[in-house]
Amino acid sequence: MLRVDDLTLARGGIPVLTGLSLALAPGQALILRGPNGAGKTTLLRSIAGLQPPLSGRIEGAEDRVAYAAHADGLKAMLTVTENLAFWARIFGTSDITPALDAFDLHGLADRLAGTLSAGQKRRLGLARLLVTGRPVWVLDEPTVSLDTGAVALFAAALRAHLAQGGAALIATHIDLGIEAQVLDITPFRASAATRAGASDEAFL
Amino acid sequence: MRALLIRDLTLALRAGGGFGLGLAFFLIVTVLVPFSVGPQAELLQLIAPGVLWLGALLACLLSLDRLLALDFEDGTLDLLLTAPLPLEGALSVKALAHWLTTGLPLVLAAPVLGVLLNLAPAGYLWLVVSLAVGTPALSVIGCFGAALTVGIKRGGLLLSLLVLPLYVPTLIFGAEVARRGAGGQEVATPLLMLAGITCAVIALMPFASAAVLRMGLR
Amino acid sequence: MSIWSYANPVKFLTLSARVQPVLWVLSMACVATGLIWGFFGTPQDYRQGATVKIIYLHVPAALMAINAWFMMLVASLIWLIRRHHVSALAAKAAAPVGVVMTVIALLTGAIWGQPMWGTWWAWDPRLTSFLILFLFYLGYIALWEAIEDPDTAADLTSVLCLVGSVFAVLSRYAVQFWNQGLHQGTSVPVATGGRSVDDVFFYPLVICMIGFGLLFVALVFYRTGTEIRLRRAAALRARAGRAA
Repeated sequence: MLRVDDLTLARGGIPVLTGLSLALAPGQALILRGPNGAGKTTLLRSIAGLQPPLSGRIEGAEDRVAYAAHADGLKAMLTVTENLAFWARIFGTSDITPALDAFDLHGLADRLAGTLSAGQKRRLGLARLLVTGRPVWVLDEPTVSLDTGAVALFAAALRAHLAQGGAALIATHIDLGIEAQVLDITPFRASAATRAGASDEAFL
Repeated sequence: MRALLIRDLTLALRAGGGFGLGLAFFLIVTVLVPFSVGPQAELLQLIAPGVLWLGALLACLLSLDRLLALDFEDGTLDLLLTAPLPLEGALSVKALAHWLTTGLPLVLAAPVLGVLLNLAPAGYLWLVVSLAVGTPALSVIGCFGAALTVGIKRGGLLLSLLVLPLYVPTLIFGAEVARRGAGGQEVATPLLMLAGITCAVIALMPFASAAVLRMGLR
Repeated sequence: MSIWSYANPVKFLTLSARVQPVLWVLSMACVATGLIWGFFGTPQDYRQGATVKIIYLHVPAALMAINAWFMMLVASLIWLIRRHHVSALAAKAAAPVGVVMTVIALLTGAIWGQPMWGTWWAWDPRLTSFLILFLFYLGYIALWEAIEDPDTAADLTSVLCLVGSVFAVLSRYAVQFWNQGLHQGTSVPVATGGRSVDDVFFYPLVICMIGFGLLFVALVFYRTGTEIRLRRAAALRARAGRAA
């Protein structure tokens, strides 16, 4: 349901990844691994459509991706319910109860997001994925600041999403305890010789 | 889109949203003017329309750097970009919310401050009309400036430098309407020009704003 | 071979190295001839006396101030449409030259205005328009300086240049509406069909304008070359950092 062909990506005008291809089938999760600076975030941002690739093709991502990164797009002065309901309406869905259920947020529903702890905020940010109704989850380090219990909640939500025919592309370093392929992106690292039309190449 | 509008209005009205800040600034600027130019009633009457327009413009400018910067910091802009909502529309809505929380209160407060500056009786109507027609343009142009400077640290000052020259035509025609109105002259020409500028920027500016925002977030 | 082949930075530098000496010599010759002829070879105006001779700095500088912005507008369009780096850098290089021209026009105008109108500054439409143009230049340069990523900076300043041009024209008409002024009509006959200066004064003026035009082109070539080398140095440093 998501195909990426021969992708070359740049960060700050310098190629970081080249020749990367991957495919995701319904119900499949793919874990991205690689050291810091390998280009995981750049890859995820490109798939989410936030950054155009230098070359290569991304198919099946348009209007099907739910993206979650380090910043959750939460407003401190809105309650948990209001935050979720806002994103639900933006994505054209209306029912936020399943999302509250999945991440155990009922007890916090009327609290202002600004008063939540980092882990609670993260849970709220992940709950946002459920209200988007999008089939492809693109997640950048989703488990940062989550405790073991919350990680289990997330793994359960992910498993349910996959069981419904969704797919997920996740950059993470911890073991989520789910059936998932692992893709190490280190081999695709662009070398200094990579020529793909990055902005600084014209000057060399 | 309605959800975005409601959210922006709610945020502006909640604590820390900065609602009323522009209004207070407008009040203070207007109060400071007689201190700086002297209390003569005739002088104040002469400069009242211009001072009120300038005060409204600066009050509008004051809140612009919050228009997109907060949404940028917490990641909302990235998520909006992936949402099934045209960015042009989202920015129009944000400009509208900015106008409702900043421009509209200024329009309503202007007559009260006109009393402080001894505005000519004939001028009140045209002052309000010119501000009502002109301030939406200020919000929309300001949204473009905010989109240009969104990724820049300490972009606030730069934002003013970029936006103020763009405000010149609006200010000239708006203040001209208010001035002519106060002097009992015919106002149709500048008013039509002002309305023309407002309509044009509302129609076209969101495209430029969305384009620069996409470039800036890349 | 099309003109676009010079969009390649290396080709551009080669071309630039070849034409720059010619441009410098020609422009200097024109400016020197025009100014000397203008200052010493023309009679004193019966009304304005010797003060009129500042026209040989004022008018060419004003002309180039506007045309520099126009050139930046074209270069910005080329960058947005065809993504040629040289074009974006040429726009960046032209901006400070344009600012200096604007400042020269404003200053010489003030020096001329003092004896003529009895004031250093008047809120005349032309003067005001130039002041606004000056503000646009400042904003444009400040935006270039503020953005770290050079391509994003080129994108954003290009759009600012387009939008700014529309608003600059709009401001021009707004200012004309706002205050009908003191300034004499245009000295250059292209726009109006008639001109306000005599032939005696006009020929050296034309030479000065050509000289300032060539000087502008030479400066832009020179500064664009500098910008290209800066980008090249940054690119090489980035490569070296990655190889290490």
